[in-house]
Amino acid sequence: MYQKIAVPVDLFHVEHTGRALDVAADLARHYSASLHLIGITAETPTAVARNPQEFARKLEEFGRKQADARGVAVSTGAHASTDPAVDIDKVLLSAVAESGADLVVMQSHVPGIGDYLWGSHGGHLASHAEISVFVVR
Amino acid sequence: MIGNRPEDEVEDIPSPEGHSDVIATDYEIGQHNVTPRIGPFELDIHNPVFVVSGLVTFAFVIFTLAFQAQVEPLFSEMRGFLTSTFDWFFLIAGNIFVLVCLGILVSPLGKVRIGGAEATPDYGYAGWFAMLFAAGMGIGLMFFGVLEPAYYFATPWGDQPLGQGIGIVDGELADPATLEAARRMAMAATIYHWGLHPWAIYAVVALSLALFAYNKGLPLTVRSIFYPIFGERVWGWPGHVIDILAVFATLFGLATSLGFGAQQAAAGIGFVFGMEGVSDSVTVAVILIAVITGLALISVMRGLDGGVKRLSEINMVLAVVLMLFVIFFGPTMTLVTQFFGNVGAYFAEILPLSNPVGRDDDGFRQGWTAFYWAWWISWSPFVGMFIARVSRGRTVREFIICVLLIPTIASAIWMTTFGGTAIHQMIERAADSAVYGYVIDAYVPELSLFGMLSELPLATVSSIIGIILVIVFFVTSSDSGSLVIDTITAGGKINAPVSQRVFWVIFEGLVAAALLLGGGLVALQAAAVSTGLPFAIVLLLACYALIRGLMSEPR
Repeated sequence: MYQKIAVPVDLFHVEHTGRALDVAADLARHYSASLHLIGITAETPTAVARNPQEFARKLEEFGRKQADARGVAVSTGAHASTDPAVDIDKVLLSAVAESGADLVVMQSHVPGIGDYLWGSHGGHLASHAEISVFVVR
Repeated sequence: MIGNRPEDEVEDIPSPEGHSDVIATDYEIGQHNVTPRIGPFELDIHNPVFVVSGLVTFAFVIFTLAFQAQVEPLFSEMRGFLTSTFDWFFLIAGNIFVLVCLGILVSPLGKVRIGGAEATPDYGYAGWFAMLFAAGMGIGLMFFGVLEPAYYFATPWGDQPLGQGIGIVDGELADPATLEAARRMAMAATIYHWGLHPWAIYAVVALSLALFAYNKGLPLTVRSIFYPIFGERVWGWPGHVIDILAVFATLFGLATSLGFGAQQAAAGIGFVFGMEGVSDSVTVAVILIAVITGLALISVMRGLDGGVKRLSEINMVLAVVLMLFVIFFGPTMTLVTQFFGNVGAYFAEILPLSNPVGRDDDGFRQGWTAFYWAWWISWSPFVGMFIARVSRGRTVREFIICVLLIPTIASAIWMTTFGGTAIHQMIERAADSAVYGYVIDAYVPELSLFGMLSELPLATVSSIIGIILVIVFFVTSSDSGSLVIDTITAGGKINAPVSQRVFWVIFEGLVAAALLLGGGLVALQAAAVSTGLPFAIVLLLACYALIRGLMSEPR
């Protein structure tokens, strides 16, 4: 049913990614699909990486660990943005399209009052992506 | 963070695109940050810098409002004292910045590329130039474009550049030779204040920040420039002080300019529509501040590409429309021929004008040049950091051409158009011209632009464009300034929660409104300009750090 499952991961708050990855890995084993981890960073130095190249390498490392631990094939795609705080939804959407994935599994928070001001990334992706989006809470 | 970072990983940071000399430091960006949660808003702020900047600003505003009568003369005298005592220092520093930039331009260091040897630019030329120009001096061009050349041309107060004769004495035109010499010097001196020197100040800060962030991997915040000088101590209090000073200068520079700009726009509205009471109405000005703040808010929430860049481009189009209007309906041929003469005069007079010693034009050198240099320098952390952020992928040579030389030409064209037309009107109608009325007769500087436009055809249309431009120029400074303050107070993170930049935009508008209502704009602007002196010293150190940093890069 699915061949490639995209999972946006937040290397800045890696603890928030766990459940989505669990779900995605289960689905991947079930459908014999591969996982594609998408990471978005700033062009400028950040807490995780001093430049986008270092970020890409750390994402790869993270992907390798996940592949070993979960026994599924994992590829990674790192993307840099000039203003990630605002543009993350747009970058994520194009990264998903570019990856050729046929399903997105992503972590989202429980909606709160703040979502009336700026909505969740999962919600944005679900309403704009051409493929199925599985939002994990 | 993923797991525990091994100790040796610092040594092993990959280069950005293409090779570059990454600085090995154990400092982790955001390691001093705290992440409080206020209601539904998560924050991610640098601990001492955010808190101290916010509190110091707040305390200054309260203090100024409460003790206005005492504070205003104090700060104004401090600024006057600094610019008249250290005028030689400001002039020398300004010259050094120009020489450093030109030296780097022609040296092999110009080949270094920001973001690594194979980096590609984030922004095309048009968007890049629109952003750096709109942030850098937009609003001043609206205020001083007519005022400054007209002032030098006919000032009866003895502060004309280099003691040159003036064009209009007691309402009567001088003889043709003196008239032409006064016009030429007025234009040369104005272009001098808006040309190579201010842009060199911005370029030094911007290039240093871009280099240390994109090539060396240090956080995008002012303190990073000083890593070669302070080493690891830059992450402690020496760095905190530099960053806090930068926030202070940016915030007060923006807020006070916002207050004055709102007054200029209000004066323009009253003038164009002939409405009594609007010109000096505080209510109208406060409403304008609210409008500008609201637009800036939308801009920062739409982000760098969707908001700030787009608005800067609109801004540039409007500015070009207004300029073409003045060229077309003004003395077209005179302006075209004068442009080359003005640029020639600028280069012919740049040495005597920038000479720091042995001059007797105190009123001009201290009251104008030193004031301008202090002003540009106090704006440089903000403008420099914003330019740095959007300049990744350019070579240093391209950078200096586009941040130093092209803006200088753009300023010269603008000043020739607006100042040249104003002086043309003064020569034609002498004391009867509107510009003479607002600049010399009764000093109402905020109306000088509208006075000039009123003597051209379709004055209502052009004045309305002028008012819109004043407002849009402010929005483009306000939004980029808020992004910069947000980045500095988040310890160099550009991916801090959006609510923080929203906070700074609103805070800035509130400071401007409070000062406008309660008085104190003059006082705090003087305080902001006074930061020009410590920053001038800081910038001289930055020149050293910049050259050292560039020399270690592969070329």
